Amino acid sequence: MNEEKEPILRAENISITFGGLKALDRVSLEINPGEIMAIIGPNGAGKTTMLNIINGFYKPDEGRIIFEGKERPKKMKPNLIAAQGIARTFQNLALFTGMSTLGNIMVGRTMLMHSNIFSQALYWRFSQKEEIEHRAAVERIIDFLQIENIRRTPASMLPYGLRKRVELARALAAEPKLLLLDEPMAGMNLEEKEDIARFVLDANEELGYTIALIEHDMGVVMDICDRIVVLDFGEKIAEGTPDEIKADPKVIKAYLGTAGG
Amino acid sequence: MNELPMTFPKILIHNAERFPPTKAAIREKDYGIWQSYSWQDYLDQTRDFALGLAALGFKRDNKMAIIGDNRPQLYWGMAGCQCLGGVPVPLFQDAIHKELHYIVDHSECRFALAEDQEQTDKLMVLKDEIPRLEYIIYDDPRGLQNYKHDWLIAFTDVQEMGRKLGKENPDYFMNAVNDVKPDDMSIISYTSGTTGNPKGVMLTHRKIADCSRGFLQWDNLHESENVMAYLPMAWIGDHIFSYGQALCSGFTVNCPESTSTTVHDQKEIGPTHIFAPPRIWENILTQIMIKIEDSAWIKRKAFDYFMEVAKKVEKKRIANESVPLIDNILYKIGVFIIYGPLVDNLGMSKIKVAYTAGEAIGPEIFEFYRSLGINLKQLYGMTESTAYISMQKDGDIDSDSVGPPAPGVEIKISDKGEVLYKGPGNFIGYFKNPEATAETIEDGWLHSGDAGYMTERGHLKIIDRAKDVSKLNDGTMFAPKYIENKLKFSQYIKESVAHGMDRDFVAVFIDIDYGAVANWAERRHIGFTSYTDLAQKPPVYELIKDEILKVNKSLSEDPKLKNSQIKRYLLFHKELNPDDGEITRTRKVRRKFVAEKYGNLIEALYTPDQDSVDMEATFTYEDGRTTTMKANLKVRDVETF
Repeated sequence: MNEEKEPILRAENISITFGGLKALDRVSLEINPGEIMAIIGPNGAGKTTMLNIINGFYKPDEGRIIFEGKERPKKMKPNLIAAQGIARTFQNLALFTGMSTLGNIMVGRTMLMHSNIFSQALYWRFSQKEEIEHRAAVERIIDFLQIENIRRTPASMLPYGLRKRVELARALAAEPKLLLLDEPMAGMNLEEKEDIARFVLDANEELGYTIALIEHDMGVVMDICDRIVVLDFGEKIAEGTPDEIKADPKVIKAYLGTAGG
Repeated sequence: MNELPMTFPKILIHNAERFPPTKAAIREKDYGIWQSYSWQDYLDQTRDFALGLAALGFKRDNKMAIIGDNRPQLYWGMAGCQCLGGVPVPLFQDAIHKELHYIVDHSECRFALAEDQEQTDKLMVLKDEIPRLEYIIYDDPRGLQNYKHDWLIAFTDVQEMGRKLGKENPDYFMNAVNDVKPDDMSIISYTSGTTGNPKGVMLTHRKIADCSRGFLQWDNLHESENVMAYLPMAWIGDHIFSYGQALCSGFTVNCPESTSTTVHDQKEIGPTHIFAPPRIWENILTQIMIKIEDSAWIKRKAFDYFMEVAKKVEKKRIANESVPLIDNILYKIGVFIIYGPLVDNLGMSKIKVAYTAGEAIGPEIFEFYRSLGINLKQLYGMTESTAYISMQKDGDIDSDSVGPPAPGVEIKISDKGEVLYKGPGNFIGYFKNPEATAETIEDGWLHSGDAGYMTERGHLKIIDRAKDVSKLNDGTMFAPKYIENKLKFSQYIKESVAHGMDRDFVAVFIDIDYGAVANWAERRHIGFTSYTDLAQKPPVYELIKDEILKVNKSLSEDPKLKNSQIKRYLLFHKELNPDDGEITRTRKVRRKFVAEKYGNLIEALYTPDQDSVDMEATFTYEDGRTTTMKANLKVRDVETF
């Protein structure tokens, strides 16, 4: 790993308040290209809030986001941020339930399509060629995530574990520079978790995606992540490799409470 | 016709010459699209791989293990290995480590070809244990990019090495191919025995080619056929069908995208020729019946009505009698509203000929498919005979025999009632196991181990494994599997074990089909908590009793078996499971084991007036904890005819 590399995303001194609650208090973090980074912390620590700020869904009260060396304007719309190359999955699934797996993944390509709605409707010349290219890309993802058998199944008919996988497929379809995963393994059994962990690792190693994820299962986090940031009550309390985090007394305290009272 | 090539490398070269590039030799669904390869592509891919193997030091008579789902690359690998005079050893992809270890070690494999990471991982463990295994070649590189070993090579990299060698030494390939002789060993196919270690059946190019051509001629099959390759490559059935027959005729083999998409892919291809074990036919039937049960009242009635019509018509057709006009008209209507759509849904609307082989099929299952208009036929063969012993001929079908001897095959029945045969497919012996070979071959006659007889029509009828056939106390022949298979036709019965040896009558254990019976119970608002609970519900006993009555009725029609009707039964408290040792992985009942473990249940069946029996079973969970389950199993009587 090249430590000198410019981070793909840098969040500096991010603070945000909801009503009277300080959800994040001057949190800074970096995401380096090619790594899998995890944000962990007890419930209510501000993990999802951080993810929402990174993808522009929330605007921080203070602090700034620097993506690929450029500071993000204060009022940038989330769709434009997505177009810059940040894709995400959601803690609670957000698939189009009436659409097939194929359709849902195809949606992920929207940002990469150039032809206009009229030529798409006519499926003519440029848009035909474009559609075929995008379909090929989607098929590669279907192959990658081994969901060939549910290609035509509506999302509403899929079991939970597979829906999660389709959501991951949709995020991958956008070919993001930065992939954000909000609890990709929540509610899964051990086998499903292992599958997803494998896919996340492969997406990183084989396809070269930079990934930031939130996850509660410490076993998985310690196994697959290069670096971990720990939040507690809106503050960053630790940052480092899995081994460093495991040994950090502040982390143990946050998770287990104060020893001896 | 000039002389046909007799070795598979030569047959392949011949195909590349005689078929145009537009003719598909093998297709694979990949990225949602059928990718097709011509016979020239097949040859090119095979040649490059073969030369690559040569560059790695593959010598004549070397063995190569092949493991994975049906993929073109694996078939090319098989052919490539044969081009160098080598011998492929296909392995069952779901075999456990111990079995794989035994076969790879016993067959002396120097090379192994794996489909993907999963199979590669298995082979890598074997490589640590078996130093003779030198190279592992993989097809799908997915997940393998971080594996760095000199001895682990991608299929395409081997081909690249092959192209280089081909440029340096343009004659190498043809010289190697010319050195392969028809009577050279072409494959070692390991059979999974119910006892002891697997045995390696050695077959030659000539045997595979002769038998493949025999099958093709029998059914008049040509290069225009389409088949699906989805059965294990290690099964002789797949080898004959997707490799032997495909190369000899030039027909198209289609590899599904993945195991889970097979049904859908089959619908897209519309195969003309199918070869499957009874298990597959049974599964499809159960799926159909469950869906029908769940469908609307009117659909169910229509289905039941027209299936009766079809059955009646098929009985006439099998007997070669003319069908009355009214039935004929009804059947035509049935084709339009039931049979046609159903067959189309199974992807079988273009079937010219379908075979069931490898095990006995229940006559009722067999008649079901035939009555739909699918030309399903029975074939009797074993690995030792290159799957070629007897098969049914169009227009001469019989639901419970396996047809007349195949051309060139002689069959005789030994004094003990065992089927012996002699034919072009008879194997040359078990690899490194002369004792077993000597036990099986006697004066050129092969012992099948099956009990059977020839019917008046000259058809072979298989009753059971010879060692399982015995007699009731009154001297009636008792063939347990024959009865069990009849029971298994019921969608509500998953497995059964028949008892009767040295007893006064036949009694059975029944293992209900949990899915089908649960569905049935739910629709009748019968509450239950578990398999055991469901199995012991009185209505379920009544349900199964009706199924047994059907079997008794059918047994009563055969004078030889009239006395072997079922008189008592009990429903088992759990599913028979290979992990518990009651059945083998290919779902054959281990009779001795069952008799020992459940002796008290058997006694209860034969104790008059005992209407229930207590049983205790201890289960071991994966984490080592054990629980004891107590159940009280009811024993009930059935009327006979």
